[in-house]
Amino acid sequence: MIVGEQKPFDEIWDMVKGFKRVLVFGCNTCVAICHAGGSKEAEILASMIRIKAAEEQVEMEVKHAGIERHCEPEFFEPLMEEVKTYDLVLSTACGVGVNFLSERIGNIPVYPGINTEFFGAVPQAGVFTELCAGCGNCILHLTGGICPVARCSKSLMNGPCGGTNKGKCEISQEVDCGWFLIVERMKQLGTLEKLYEIQPPRNWACGTHGGPRRVVLEHIKDLEDENVKKES
Amino acid sequence: MKSGSNLEKVIASGKPAVTAELGPPMSADPHEVIKKANLLKGYCDAANITDCQTAVVRISSIAAAYLALKEGLEPVMQMTCRDRNRIAMQADLLGAAALGIKNCLCIAGDHQSFSSAGKLKGHPGAKNVYDVDSIQLVGILKKMRDESLQEGGDKLEVPPEFFIGAAFTPGGEPMDYRPHRLKKKVDAGADFIQTQGIYDIEMFKSQMEIVRKLGLHERTAILGGIIVPRTAMMLRYMDASVAGVSVPKALIERMTKVKDAAGDDKKKAKAAQEAEGIKIAVELIQQVLEIPGVRGVHIQAIEWESAMPEILKAAGLYPRPTFPDA
Repeated sequence: MIVGEQKPFDEIWDMVKGFKRVLVFGCNTCVAICHAGGSKEAEILASMIRIKAAEEQVEMEVKHAGIERHCEPEFFEPLMEEVKTYDLVLSTACGVGVNFLSERIGNIPVYPGINTEFFGAVPQAGVFTELCAGCGNCILHLTGGICPVARCSKSLMNGPCGGTNKGKCEISQEVDCGWFLIVERMKQLGTLEKLYEIQPPRNWACGTHGGPRRVVLEHIKDLEDENVKKES
Repeated sequence: MKSGSNLEKVIASGKPAVTAELGPPMSADPHEVIKKANLLKGYCDAANITDCQTAVVRISSIAAAYLALKEGLEPVMQMTCRDRNRIAMQADLLGAAALGIKNCLCIAGDHQSFSSAGKLKGHPGAKNVYDVDSIQLVGILKKMRDESLQEGGDKLEVPPEFFIGAAFTPGGEPMDYRPHRLKKKVDAGADFIQTQGIYDIEMFKSQMEIVRKLGLHERTAILGGIIVPRTAMMLRYMDASVAGVSVPKALIERMTKVKDAAGDDKKKAKAAQEAEGIKIAVELIQQVLEIPGVRGVHIQAIEWESAMPEILKAAGLYPRPTFPDA
């Protein structure tokens, strides 16, 4: 899932204070699970903005809404007409949602209410950890299912640097050394010798370094195009 | 000869090699590099020029290496993977070779968060690069030198002739994997290896036993790392906080006793600890050089270059070998 955290309220207030009609717009998938931007959080944030506006004697109408997903167009449809009546949408969806809505909403600005952080998991309630970097070139079969791109602070490919300290990373005693975990996991699997081989320089162009990415499934896209033609 | 560097010649001669360390200043003034170069000249075969060590902005390792070279001190230019992608690395390697620099040490580099760990503001919000890691960088240097090819495959008209170095942290975790990771560096093309500072001789001996079993000591020149201790506090700090360095209790106690014997006289305590630190360094050098497969020492007298002459003389490593110009 995509993990995010609500922005500091002062930053949000600075963004919204000049607008008259504001919609705080939640997304009920990933960012709801991490308690950052679901309908519930959008409602609370809308109340906080109303209270602040009253304190500052700023005239402002603040409403909230939420939909299941901000990353597919059909979820917007039932609400789009209403959304377009506001002069600012403060989205608490991830950055994908903010981008996607911005492309569809016409002359209304869409601002981010959360900081989108990473692809992560929920090892325990209230804890979210980054496990994948979305690099576009997966090598988890070589590293015991533990990702060195996401979990080594230097994204090293050939084992731990000299900074491993009691199993922790040199950047903090709170951060596990990704390569320490990989080596121990490979021992457990009886495949440590895989780590004796040199991994050559990577092709980072498969990731964001190659420019914005796009995946197209021709067979599905063609079918969809045909359906649209038939309907019209 | 792969590079014809002085360091390579000393190693080829079979005599124990000595490298030192020179940290460039946070300043555009070349004089500190020149001063340190003159302190080290004659007391090592080559000196490592650090590359923005602890991620702090300093005179670049290439520029400082060139300043040292002009003073007659052979540099080992360090290159970290933190600040450059493979394009910048290769461009800088060509530039360094064109300036006459012949040794290069390939390392990952301290994470940028180190830059603000001490008293400095640093640049903890900097974006790091790590396009390639240290082992891949060794491979790139070798490919450039031996195949006249860039990493991407384009031809180099004149290849850079470097003596290629890499680092080894024998006491780093996971310890049983470390010698195998060292083998990867040797397989990639490391001609020489400088180790992290060693205080725990028994640990290093057992790691070297594995290194010899893997035959690495015959394929690369391993120089044992010696960090000259200056105070009891420094030894305690390194034991507790420096990754891959453990200092035996007896050594910390020995230094503490010397400090305590000086009582409240701070000047006396400092001088006594420094004298003991030099003694300890000399003992460590001798013990490290006795271990089969060790071909030299890498002595770091951090911000204390003036200690080098006494250390080398006491360790029987002075004068350094010289070679008539070919």
